[in-house]
Amino acid sequence: MQTEAKQAFSISDELANQIDQVLAAHDHDATQIVGILLEVQDLIPQQYVPEAVAFYIAEKLPIKVSIIYDCLTFYSSLSDKPRAKYPVEICRSVVCRVNDSDSLLDTLKKILNIEVGEVTYDGRFMIEEVPCFGACDVAPAIRINGKVYGHLDTPEKVRSVLSSLM
Amino acid sequence: MSSEVRFITKNFGKYNPDSIDSYISIGGFSALKKAVKMDGEDIASVIAAAKVKGRGGAAYDMGRKWSQARAVKGEHKLVICNADEGETCTFKDRELIKNDPFNLIEGMIIGAYTVQARDGYIYMREEYRHLRPRLLSAIKQAEEKGFLGDNILGVKGFNFRLHLYSGAGAYVCGEGTALIRSIEGKAGRPRMKPPFIKVSGAFALPTCINNVESFSIVPHLLLDDSNVYTNCGNGESIGTKLVSVGGNVRKPGVYEVPFGTTVREIIFGLAEGIPGGRRLRLVQFGGASGKVSDERILDTPYTYDDLKAAGVDVGTGSLLVIDDRTSVIDFLRYTQAFFSHESCGQCTPCREGNLHMKLLLDKLAAGEAHPCDIEKMKKIANIMTLTSLCGLGEAAQNALLSAMKIFPEVFAVGGAH
Amino acid sequence: MEMVHLKINNIPVEAPKGTKIIEAAKLIGIDIPHLCYHPDQRVKARCRLCSVQVAGKKKLLASCSTEVWEGMEVFTDTQVVRDAQVGILQLIMADHGGNCLTCSRNGTCELQALCTRFNVLDPHLPNVNKKRQAVNTNPSIVRDPSKCIKCGRCIRACKDVQGIEAITFANRSDKIIVTTPFDIPMEKTDCTLCGQCSLVCPTGAIVEKDDTQLVLDALQDPEKHVVVQIAPSVRVSIGDAFGLEPGAIVTGQMVTALKMLGFDKVFDTNFGADLTIMEEGAEFIHRVQNGGVLPMMTSCSPGWINFIEKHYPELLPHLSSAKSPMSMFGAIAKTYYPKITGVPVDKIFTVSVMPCTAKKFEASRPEMGRDGRQDVDAVLTSRELIKLIKYVGLNLKNLPESDFDSPLGTSTGAAAIFGKTGGVMEAALRTVYEKLTGNDLPELEYKPVSLDKPASYPQLNQVRPNVREASFELGGRTFRIAVVHTLLAARLMMEKVKNGTANYDFIEIMACPGGCIGGGGQPIGTTNAKRDERIKALEKIDKDLPLHKSHENPDIQKLYKDYLGEPLGEMAHKLLHTHYRKVCLMYEFH
Repeated sequence: MQTEAKQAFSISDELANQIDQVLAAHDHDATQIVGILLEVQDLIPQQYVPEAVAFYIAEKLPIKVSIIYDCLTFYSSLSDKPRAKYPVEICRSVVCRVNDSDSLLDTLKKILNIEVGEVTYDGRFMIEEVPCFGACDVAPAIRINGKVYGHLDTPEKVRSVLSSLM
Repeated sequence: MSSEVRFITKNFGKYNPDSIDSYISIGGFSALKKAVKMDGEDIASVIAAAKVKGRGGAAYDMGRKWSQARAVKGEHKLVICNADEGETCTFKDRELIKNDPFNLIEGMIIGAYTVQARDGYIYMREEYRHLRPRLLSAIKQAEEKGFLGDNILGVKGFNFRLHLYSGAGAYVCGEGTALIRSIEGKAGRPRMKPPFIKVSGAFALPTCINNVESFSIVPHLLLDDSNVYTNCGNGESIGTKLVSVGGNVRKPGVYEVPFGTTVREIIFGLAEGIPGGRRLRLVQFGGASGKVSDERILDTPYTYDDLKAAGVDVGTGSLLVIDDRTSVIDFLRYTQAFFSHESCGQCTPCREGNLHMKLLLDKLAAGEAHPCDIEKMKKIANIMTLTSLCGLGEAAQNALLSAMKIFPEVFAVGGAH
Repeated sequence: MEMVHLKINNIPVEAPKGTKIIEAAKLIGIDIPHLCYHPDQRVKARCRLCSVQVAGKKKLLASCSTEVWEGMEVFTDTQVVRDAQVGILQLIMADHGGNCLTCSRNGTCELQALCTRFNVLDPHLPNVNKKRQAVNTNPSIVRDPSKCIKCGRCIRACKDVQGIEAITFANRSDKIIVTTPFDIPMEKTDCTLCGQCSLVCPTGAIVEKDDTQLVLDALQDPEKHVVVQIAPSVRVSIGDAFGLEPGAIVTGQMVTALKMLGFDKVFDTNFGADLTIMEEGAEFIHRVQNGGVLPMMTSCSPGWINFIEKHYPELLPHLSSAKSPMSMFGAIAKTYYPKITGVPVDKIFTVSVMPCTAKKFEASRPEMGRDGRQDVDAVLTSRELIKLIKYVGLNLKNLPESDFDSPLGTSTGAAAIFGKTGGVMEAALRTVYEKLTGNDLPELEYKPVSLDKPASYPQLNQVRPNVREASFELGGRTFRIAVVHTLLAARLMMEKVKNGTANYDFIEIMACPGGCIGGGGQPIGTTNAKRDERIKALEKIDKDLPLHKSHENPDIQKLYKDYLGEPLGEMAHKLLHTHYRKVCLMYEFH
């Protein structure tokens, strides 16, 4: 099953070109692999680094693909599995939780009709639980593609954030 | 009630953080100009005299650190700014980078001059990626103006370049050796010490790591002719401190307070107290790895020594305020879940210990714990503290162990909690 | 050497500066418990089991990573230390899957031994093992992540010894795992199946694929005529498992055990090794005299063959086309042997005992057989042979010696040294030199060579270069040769060959450190110190044998006269030579 998904991803010339540019911007410096992967992940619509892309980067840098895989699975902000166009990261650390992020999570699940880790059928949204992203002064908060949305203490506010992305 | 002091944050709102000219117009880089006329050892002495302690959490004597880093022999040395602010309820560095990026850069250049470093790295957590463009632009502008590059300010041989590296969502990368591994392009798993970072840090080069706030103090301190900083606080706790207050308070945020301000003044004055007429359950000091107390701590002056005597630490300078809607056990479970998620997983006590602690706390919360489970918790906590490879495993149970002292009734299995 | 004075459990100890506590303790006979520590590897300090108390220190210190200092006072047996050791073992056991009784490392497991030592019978904690499935996708190596204790020894062996990095840590916290990138089956990664990972694993998380049952079944089958061949290095390694000194020579006892196990004939891979020299030596002479591709490279080590097919396919023409001794022997055992004995080929079951996991894969290559039959039906590692011997209740210590059976059991000293780095080169040159000059090969003076890290592999961590070179004069020409072991060194050498700076005529390459005596299928507990003892033992066998040149082996001479004809001749070519192919990687970008 997983191999099917893997093989489904092929690197278009355009993507290869974009990746080459990222690598060039980092001087093909393998020590910058974490930054490179973050930028490449942004190029992929589903916000992840597919296996084929990892092998591509490994060959071009060059670097061992095992180092890339270790990084992809070690760092929470990187993913080796498809996510969504808008991964909705909800902070589950203690500051947000004492500000009722439980209700925020319930609201998200209800509106999007998915559970944590699931992707909406159109591939647009998914819910991910993450630890503190440093927005404790606006708790409870979510973060979508790097942007923080805070003070989400009513369903209306959540709805308005999500609809702003549509 | 109490008012803030503006020393480290004195530039906030005073200039356009995207423009170096704007920064220069308010006197930016005059500290650097002063510094390059000084001997590096004298700069370290100024910091040591002001008793500045590292603001990342470990509170190591910063003047001493720079002096030691300066003494390390090496053709190629590094300074690193640890902007991987990952402790929960800590967001002061975010404010410093957002509002005053050039001051941080100036502090790092002075640091490089002092310890004779050739390259500098800012390792910023991915969660602050929205601040990346601002920092990158600031670095570029500083290069264009000649504050970064070769022969800075005409000082022959004072060459320094600054690089911005991104974390990628790993709390443990705030630990020095993990941060270094991450900069080297690896998964950020800490390594054993020695070799110590100051001798063999990133790329095996002598390295001096400081926190954002630590670097940010330096330019202000060098120009502090009227001793605003040293007139604050007393004893070992001199100057001001940025505190991040969050949780169940009306006005969460970052406040700069003089050491000696009471905890009550911070929580109920600056942060305007707990909303909804609810009562204080507990305060956690210094991030997820910090210790807790309850209302007994409110009148304690916020200093290194007074807090320590009261059983907690300054740590990163955060105060997480929790009201009576959250039980002690739930707070501990949330904290434990954080560590179970963030342990790097390589050393046995931290990897396995955090997991079992989480299970035992769940058992306690469910009312199914036996006295032997409490003993197991203590035992595992003890092993983690004594044998973990790095500070994460060593400090992960600080909240639990301090809670056991402050709230013994919660752990009296069979009793009311 | 600067000496440091310390006390361990109040006993004065003197140790060279730089010594770690764990090694200093060994000096007075104290074995501090450890799992991630390995004497041949860089410090990891992960398992924390070796934590000890040091006067003046609040925390316990890991004795594998802490250097001794003057006046240090170490305590290895206080209550605090014991509690930590037992506690850590309990934490590990609570995350351990599987059952000792069904584990192939039962009896050789370091975790099991420590639990026995500390009487950790019950972890008193819930089992939190993720129960991941074992991965059994290739003929050589089985990975069982549920038994992994995340010590990282395998990763270090793969990276620091072999320079391959086919396995890595992934994930973090309690989800951390040792795996291949993207969980790709091992054989499809950069892995060469060399098995060095399985040699250092303290538990049963990475083991050889067990074929003992296959062999036992064949032995019980009255229809089968089961013959066994034993690689040169096994006779100096398996004594370890029976309480003998490292490097003990147990050839005769081993033959007795195999006969008692019920093998119909006990033959010697060394016969195959002599045969290899006949072909490989002739091929070298042919290449030199006819402007063939040089440097020629040896082809005995299957880990090395897998490596070059995957990573340097453009250099395949450098490989000698001669099969390995095992495969040559297999071919003879399925052709010549039935012819001279009358045993029908369909009844013959050939077993080989190898120091190697990659040999299991080599035997399964389709080119290593004919008429729908493989030449070698089962490959056992040294470790599996030890199990079989123990299975029937034998101890090599107590057995008399026997001789190999004839005719495929005769061999020379040249074959014996095949098991050590440099041995194949030496054996080949003894024959080549004499064929061309009529004289004995002069003693070669090897010099160590240090190879540069290639720019294209910035990640490569050069720890031991493991390359030597020598030269000799022959017919007015200077011949330059090189001997390489470990794949890390092989990669560095291949970069040199590729960029045209390897000015050699002949290169011997062995995948494993020290050659086959350090192979990935050797007994658990193989260390560099033991490797050195085994090398000495092979040199002794060579010295003690009457014949030292492969072409002097009378049974080899008879084989050519009666059956094969000439080296490199048509029959020899058909049976004793092979071809190589580029292995397509999972992804290739242009």
